[in-house]
Amino acid sequence: MTLVLEPVADATAALARRNPVAKLGAALIFSLPLVATLDPLTPAIALVIELAVLPFFGVRYGVLARRAWPLSLAAAGILVTMVLFAADRSGSLLFSLGPFAITTGVVLSALGLVLRVFAVALPGIIVFATTDPTDLADALVQNAKAPARFAIGALAAFRLIPLLGEEWQMLGLARRARGIDAGRNPLAKLRLFGSTAFALLVGALRRGGRLAVAMDARGFDSDTPRTYARRQVFGAADWLLLAGAALLSAGALTASVLTGLFRPIIG
Amino acid sequence: MAEVVLRGFGWRHAGRRAWAVRGVDLTVSHGERVLLLGPSGAGKSTLLAALAGLLPEDSGESEGTVEIDGLEPVKARERVGIVFQDPQTQLVMARSGDDVAFGLENRGVPAAEIWPRVSDALERVGFPYPIGRKTAALSGGEQQRLALAGVLALRPGLLLLDEPTANLDPAGGTLIREAVIRAHDPDRTLILVEHRVAEALPLVDRVVVLEPGGGVRADGTPETVFADLGDRLAAEGVWVPGRPLPTHRAVSPPADLLVRAESITVQHRLSAVSLSARAGEALAVTGPNGAGKSTLALVLGGLLAPTSGTVTAFDEPRPPHRWRAAALTQRIGSVFQAPEHQFVTSRVSDELALGPRQLGRTDVASIVDELLERLRLTKLAGANPYTLSGGEARRLSVATALATAPRLLVLDEPTFGQDRRTWIELVELLARLRDDGHGIVAVTHDDDFVTALADRVQHLERS
Amino acid sequence: MTKYGWRTIDIVIASIIAVTFGVIFWAWNIVWGATETAFAFFPPAQTLLYGVWLIPAVLAGLIIRKPGAALFTETVAAVISALLGAKWGATVIPQGLVQGLGAELAFALLFYRSWKLPAALLAGLLTGVSAAVFDFFAWNAATDLWDYRIPYALLTIVSSTIVAGVGSWALTRALAPTGVLDRFAAGRDRALV
Ligand SMILES: Nc1ncnc2c1ncn2[C@@H]1O[C@H](COP(=O)(O)OP(=O)(O)OP(=O)(O)O)[C@@H](O)[C@H]1O
Ligand SMILES: Nc1ncnc2c1ncn2[C@@H]1O[C@H](COP(=O)(O)OP(=O)(O)OP(=O)(O)O)[C@@H](O)[C@H]1O
Ligand SMILES: [Mg+2]
Ligand SMILES: [Mg+2]
Repeated sequence: MTLVLEPVADATAALARRNPVAKLGAALIFSLPLVATLDPLTPAIALVIELAVLPFFGVRYGVLARRAWPLSLAAAGILVTMVLFAADRSGSLLFSLGPFAITTGVVLSALGLVLRVFAVALPGIIVFATTDPTDLADALVQNAKAPARFAIGALAAFRLIPLLGEEWQMLGLARRARGIDAGRNPLAKLRLFGSTAFALLVGALRRGGRLAVAMDARGFDSDTPRTYARRQVFGAADWLLLAGAALLSAGALTASVLTGLFRPIIG
Repeated sequence: MAEVVLRGFGWRHAGRRAWAVRGVDLTVSHGERVLLLGPSGAGKSTLLAALAGLLPEDSGESEGTVEIDGLEPVKARERVGIVFQDPQTQLVMARSGDDVAFGLENRGVPAAEIWPRVSDALERVGFPYPIGRKTAALSGGEQQRLALAGVLALRPGLLLLDEPTANLDPAGGTLIREAVIRAHDPDRTLILVEHRVAEALPLVDRVVVLEPGGGVRADGTPETVFADLGDRLAAEGVWVPGRPLPTHRAVSPPADLLVRAESITVQHRLSAVSLSARAGEALAVTGPNGAGKSTLALVLGGLLAPTSGTVTAFDEPRPPHRWRAAALTQRIGSVFQAPEHQFVTSRVSDELALGPRQLGRTDVASIVDELLERLRLTKLAGANPYTLSGGEARRLSVATALATAPRLLVLDEPTFGQDRRTWIELVELLARLRDDGHGIVAVTHDDDFVTALADRVQHLERS
Repeated sequence: MTKYGWRTIDIVIASIIAVTFGVIFWAWNIVWGATETAFAFFPPAQTLLYGVWLIPAVLAGLIIRKPGAALFTETVAAVISALLGAKWGATVIPQGLVQGLGAELAFALLFYRSWKLPAALLAGLLTGVSAAVFDFFAWNAATDLWDYRIPYALLTIVSSTIVAGVGSWALTRALAPTGVLDRFAAGRDRALV
């Protein structure tokens, strides 16, 4: 298993081409309001919208499914939690699991939560699947006025992720070469994990120190204002994307309020 | 154009008692090209970092002065470009062109000028790919050329190169040297650190040798320095060209088979090879960067499972990668290409004691002391392994394997970054082990090592 | 450079801490793949691990010792887990911001002057509180208050105080002798060799 960082979508698709800040903003504008309600209708509408716009981001359904499948594990966890701990046990009794009464209220809440997990997560998954980290950093600096040194510094560290993934494997091998392994003992396994993780951290910080030096050697800390070799434009289409996201999200919420299903998380 | 003046310069790293460099008086004038030499640990890398203004006040203590065109190094950074030994930590961006542009952006070069300067710099170093090429997909030699381009694009008056060809195959090293020659400019001052003098001489017109205790040992044109002091410098560890090296042929024919690999492959990393290693024999594995030598070493060392093919070792029914770690280290010792991967303790002496202690040896202290002494690490016994110089770290990692003296030793680039003296010590230690009946498999780019020790050579090609 | 200005090394090391914990989590899932399934089916147990998520904020604060370090690092950590395909999508970013704010508040309350164990404990505690509050409303709203929401929040806070608070403090002490913190005040107190 390796760490994959490459965008996995068709970069020429209409919405994939939008400014990364616009895409990230749209994802947040669209998904954050969904957190505010517990009903099943809002996330269901949102999911339909998300799946409908997917082709415009150049992401194939199969790719999305592969990225999103760990969510089903979370969904299963939610089901268990709701059976055990649901607050709302109103509605008619469907069946009993030992001491736990499974009512329509429980089922509705659980359904709402499960749908919500998917609806809230998908926009982010779509955006990050279609965005190159370099472009994101550039856009954050040029269009969102993020401080350049912080954005570029984080980007440089980000580039080390695959290297650190390889390093993790090498550290494991090196420990074995030095006569250290855990066998089947879980406690020894945990200790070995801890010591490998510590070595990874030390190695990463050392690399980071050298990287910082190399960056300064090429003038990263000079007082001259930076120029941009790559221009990121934030145009009308990007504003439109943001407005569209806001509108659709408002639409989904309105629908649930109008049907009387809206259930805010506070109160 | 840049002139460098050092007066009584010294630097001591935080956490160290000894000075890394001290008492250096040196003037390098405009356009000179200097080869900086000195035994491993003499402070060459530290000195270059000082010239580049990269020794922050808070990381140690300094004495004397350094001036570049009359300025403090930190203020003269715009005039200085430096390329380090390890290409991976110098590349900042994910795409090759962006990486060259990085320095130009920092210096505020107008956007319209950036891309022409990027392509010009890439052309000068002979970079063969388009600018969109991912930096992660480059070989070590290509990364090193890209790093050089990133520095040349800034048009520095003073160019500093710290072992830029370490870890590269001979072809890759030649490419870098050609790039340096091609980028040569009579207005540019060059200071180069490189252990292998013969290869570096075409690039320079002056040689400066650092004295480990402090000060400058020798200074002048290569001809005069090597004619006057050649023998003495060679004895002190400088790779003076044309000095013969001792060779060690096996004293007896190879004995029993230790490991045999039959058409093993590792997916995407190694295409089918077969080889065997015997007791009392030194086998060298050579080949270009990326041929899969390190991968092969991991498989032979019982650390990586081959995708196909079989490995048998020590007449065991199970392949070594299925053995328990304790059983493995008793028989096969591995030294990794990157020394830092291998350290598991926080003191040099603990690092050496770990293996013998695990084997229940009673003479741990004497084993440790002897290795420290022979590999000139005694003064560093209490240091953290991660703070060693490049050559010191390499010696320590080889010494960890020597300390347990397993029947089979698998070493990946055991001699890189060594001065002449430590190199001879290392080769002698390995020769003695072989003659005592141990088997040695060494992956190497070092032709001298092959000539001095190898009884057999196996060459891998890139698939 | 003023006392509170960020050097390049501060920025890079903060980001590296975030990145490394991303990789450690990735490795955890490979080595202990089974635990995730187990935890998924008994969510309160997840809170035991919760503290590990919060280490970057406290650790970066203790090492870098500048205003914003905790906040910046936890936010970068969140962006990175989103980029690595974490299953929660973009909402981890505001969540990371909120969690970072907790630790940041702790260091600010001490005027960015104290970096000893009590400071680490306070930072672990407050970042745990902020994380617990976020989850209390955002994720656990439909569960029973006394049987689930409150115990979950308390466990999160305890785990954060111990794992992120004490853990980060111990990590800083263990890192100092390795020399990687030489350029930080946190790495200065050690013996010469
Ligand atoms: N970050 C550091 N912290 C503490 N000590 C250091 C550090 N870097 C180097 N040293 C020590 O300073 C001395 C000089 O190191 P330096 O790297 O300059 O040597 P060098 O001449 O480049 O050697 P080599 O040829 O082996 O690369 C060595 O003894 C080394 O252990
Ligand atoms: N952990 C890894 N995962 C995937 N591919 C790898 C890994 N390590 C190496 N490779 C790839 O496998 C090939 C062989 O690598 P290897 O390190 O064995 O070469 P090498 O002959 O030792 O090269 P060098 O002379 O540069 O050390 C290279 O193309 C490399 O990019
Ligand atoms: Mg050096
Ligand atoms: Mg190799």
